Amino acid sequence: MGVLFSYFKSLIGAREMRILILGLDGAGKTTILYRLQVGEVVTTIPTIGFNVEQVTYKNLKFQVWDLGGQTSIRPYWRCYYSNTDAIIYVVDSADKERMGISKDELFHMLREEELQDAILVVLANKQDIPGCMSLKEVHQALGLEALKNRTFQIFKTSATKGEGLDVAMEWLANALKNRK
Amino acid sequence: MSGFKRDHKEEEDGGGNPFQNIEKTTVLQEARIFNETSVNPRKCTPILTKLLYMLNQGEQLSAKEATDVFFAMTKLFQSKDVILRRLVYLGIKELSSIADDVIIVTSSLTKDMTGKEDLYRAAAIRALCSITDATMLQAIERYMKQAIVDRNPAVSSAALVSSLHMAKLAPEVVKRWVNEAQEAVNSENIMVQYHALGLLYHIRKSDRLAVSKLVTRSIQTLMYTNVSLQKSSYAVCMLIRIAAKLIEEEGADRKSSKSQSPYFQYIESCFRHKSEMVVYEAAYAVVNLNNSTSQEVAQAISVLQLLSASPKPALRFAAVRTLNQVAISHPAAVTACNLDLENLITDSNRSIATLAITTLLKTGAESSVDRLMKQIATFVSEISDEFKVVVVQAIRALALKFPRKHTVLMNFLSAMLRDDGGLEYKASIADTIITIIEDNPEAKETGLAHLCEFIEDCEHVSLAVRILHLLGKEGPKTKQPSRYIRFIYNRVILECPSIRAAAVSAMAQFGASCPDLLENIQVLLARCQMDSDDEVRDRATYYSSILNRQDKALYNNYVLNTLQVSMPALEKSLSEYINLNTAQPFDIKSVPVVAVSKSENDVKQKPEGMLISSGPTKISPSRDENFADKLNSLPDAQSLGPHFKSSEIVELTESETEYVVKCIKHCYAQHLVLQFDCLNTLNDQLLENVRVQLDVSEGFEIINEIPCPKLPYNETGTTYVIVKFPDGDILNSVGTFGAVLKFIVKDCDPATGLPDIDEGYDDEYMLEELEITLADQIQKVNKANWGAAWEEAESTFHEIEDTYSLSSMNTLEEAVVNIIKYLGLQPAERSDKVPKGKSTHTLLLAGIFRGGVDILVRAKLALADGVTMQLTVRSTDQSIAELITSAIG
Repeated sequence: MGVLFSYFKSLIGAREMRILILGLDGAGKTTILYRLQVGEVVTTIPTIGFNVEQVTYKNLKFQVWDLGGQTSIRPYWRCYYSNTDAIIYVVDSADKERMGISKDELFHMLREEELQDAILVVLANKQDIPGCMSLKEVHQALGLEALKNRTFQIFKTSATKGEGLDVAMEWLANALKNRK
Repeated sequence: MSGFKRDHKEEEDGGGNPFQNIEKTTVLQEARIFNETSVNPRKCTPILTKLLYMLNQGEQLSAKEATDVFFAMTKLFQSKDVILRRLVYLGIKELSSIADDVIIVTSSLTKDMTGKEDLYRAAAIRALCSITDATMLQAIERYMKQAIVDRNPAVSSAALVSSLHMAKLAPEVVKRWVNEAQEAVNSENIMVQYHALGLLYHIRKSDRLAVSKLVTRSIQTLMYTNVSLQKSSYAVCMLIRIAAKLIEEEGADRKSSKSQSPYFQYIESCFRHKSEMVVYEAAYAVVNLNNSTSQEVAQAISVLQLLSASPKPALRFAAVRTLNQVAISHPAAVTACNLDLENLITDSNRSIATLAITTLLKTGAESSVDRLMKQIATFVSEISDEFKVVVVQAIRALALKFPRKHTVLMNFLSAMLRDDGGLEYKASIADTIITIIEDNPEAKETGLAHLCEFIEDCEHVSLAVRILHLLGKEGPKTKQPSRYIRFIYNRVILECPSIRAAAVSAMAQFGASCPDLLENIQVLLARCQMDSDDEVRDRATYYSSILNRQDKALYNNYVLNTLQVSMPALEKSLSEYINLNTAQPFDIKSVPVVAVSKSENDVKQKPEGMLISSGPTKISPSRDENFADKLNSLPDAQSLGPHFKSSEIVELTESETEYVVKCIKHCYAQHLVLQFDCLNTLNDQLLENVRVQLDVSEGFEIINEIPCPKLPYNETGTTYVIVKFPDGDILNSVGTFGAVLKFIVKDCDPATGLPDIDEGYDDEYMLEELEITLADQIQKVNKANWGAAWEEAESTFHEIEDTYSLSSMNTLEEAVVNIIKYLGLQPAERSDKVPKGKSTHTLLLAGIFRGGVDILVRAKLALADGVTMQLTVRSTDQSIAELITSAIG
């Protein structure tokens, strides 16, 4: 009956928000998804395909899609773009070498027609690793200053430690509420 | 949940099939709803059901359509609805082979198969394995291993069966799961046990030792422990099949009787199993073993006898069907069941009754035939074609056994011919009649008459053509050939073109064989020249003009005996000829003569049960054509002319020596190409420049040697020697060659196969002597009308006659087999079969010598002390006839 109940509730309550978590492989997308859903760190393996979970944050329901980041799977991201309310783009702050590729993938994705109205949250993840790039450096490396006409914000996080995610979700929840 | 309610409602409202009028485009259109942000299971469930229904009805989707709908379906993973999710698994399985990039659901399925929801897990495993390929399998290996030993039997079974499927893709990976499968065999659940045993067997089946270990262990746990591990009847049945296979494999190299084998004892112990299925399986396995003695099958037969009295129809059917099959190989043993079978004749199940009667027919005495035939006649119209064929086969066996009963049987067959029935059924009747005609001269006239009547009203073209051909062959030899002409000419008036053409050919046969009918035939053929069909007109014109010449030789070559060349080779030669663009006429002699096919003698493989079956046997292209391609690549082969014949493989060494050499002799018009296949079995030697040195007999000349440059360990290399036959001296073209294998040896490291030093040393190895025989130079040819050819040859061919005493032969059969083998000629007019109880026999043979010289041989054999033979050889070439007479003795 639980299924039926929540089903009715979702009909009565506000529409579920659809969020994609994207980023290169090994950035920490799956860890973030389950940190958000169950509040703990689970052991993950490279995602071949996707994971989809329902996440509740402050009475807001999110339907969160975590898409695999391996090169072979990135082409399929676009199959899941339609009706997306927000994108959480995760970057491995310690992976300086692939920052350029990450930037290319980000801008490539933002050009998509279906994502023009989506809110963007960039997470500079793995801030707990010594010697990683700072928030400012990531901002610069991704070339975020070039973004115009888009609601976006960048946060520093550590999914394994659980730091920074709350702030980011708080901001995202507000942004979605305030949206026209 | 909700989806089901709706379905119920629809059924009540509409009645009938709710999916009757669905269309592909509509369903694909509707499937777009899957892409909506929030999934509505109530809407999506019926659409997905429709999609599955449609796919299972055989609707084809293009790769793009399939991929689109597949990706839409992946969106449904966000719903937690159990029914919808399980439908998605089904959808994934259906589309996995058509859609692209199906690996996109790997993570989701992996999560479901390891998750808490038991309803998802088994289905997710099956879906996952359907989208996984060999490379991805490594990624899910850990989960598969866990699933195999899962406590949930459904999950474990699903994983085991999926592993079995995956074993086709990645046998190496699945092999690593053997420990898990071993653990699953000990499961409490009967299905898991069965599936695990299946997987274990599959993993080990190529290794006979491992299989026998597996069976022995399973048998031991069964016999010596209180807790019987094989609770599952299915697993026991499979064990019986594997054990039976082991017995068969052992059979070859074991001298003692089967009953001493532990496997056989195990199967026999299964006769006392409490499950009837197992009891039947055990009996079936025993009676189907090759070469079992009647003592060995006796117990199994009595088990089947018991089963045939069971109240359950399925058991009765299985038992009788098996008895029916065994009736041929062990008639005496089955006779013991005759009383029980008599009771089954009146069984309400027609299939059981049919099998019972036919079994009785196979085993019964001559006196009971009439009674049983009457019994069958009462219900033959009520049974299906498949069983009618069984009846026909029984009659065929009967006719061969009791030739005197042919009138009863023939009448019955002709009555059956008149009934309705499919091609297979009618063909089997016609086949049976033809067999009877060929086997029993007394039955010939009646048989032909029945067949004539049959083609009056035959809807199967292929059958009518066959019968017309037979009439043309056999009709002229009967007492009153003219009566068949009317039947044949009726076909010309009434039937479709292919039958008309066959009828024309059949009439021409009469014209050629019966001079007194010739005039009438010519009139009929003249009428056929007005036919509307090209082929019919062509044939009529062709035959008419040949018959006009009144020339016996022409008749023989162009009417009675047809072209003997191999069709693919003829096609190839003709297309080459067209490309050549020369003024020379096409030479039919340059086309290789077809070897008479031996396929009839090939042992038919009996079908085995699931899992233990061998794949379908591939039909390989004709052996000679294979060689021809290979030989043509030799540098000198082109100049030798067309390839004539290749011999069987001759072994020039013992099979377990250091070097194994086999020889195949390829014969050309004037040359012999000897192909030596050499195998190096020494792992510390590398052979180079391998060649065979021949010591040829007088007159032969070695033209060229083509050595094999390198022969590493465990590889087969080929070296050729081209020899020219003695010029113009055919009498010396048989002989014995001494042969020595010569090569350079380089010692090498067994592990790497690399030579230790650069310099090798010469060495040689004596081979057995190589014989060039008469049979190597003669191609078998099938003469349909040997008698006519022989008569014609009397005046034009050279004849030599000689008498021999074959003292080493004790029976006529033995003599016939040896003469055929020695001369390499084709027996004609079934003269290779010696009738029983006669002391004289005439063997008729035909063939072609290399270079295209016809040979006809008649051997009159008489049994006295040993066999005495009068051999008459007719050939267009005097020296070839001499060669043949001189070669014997």
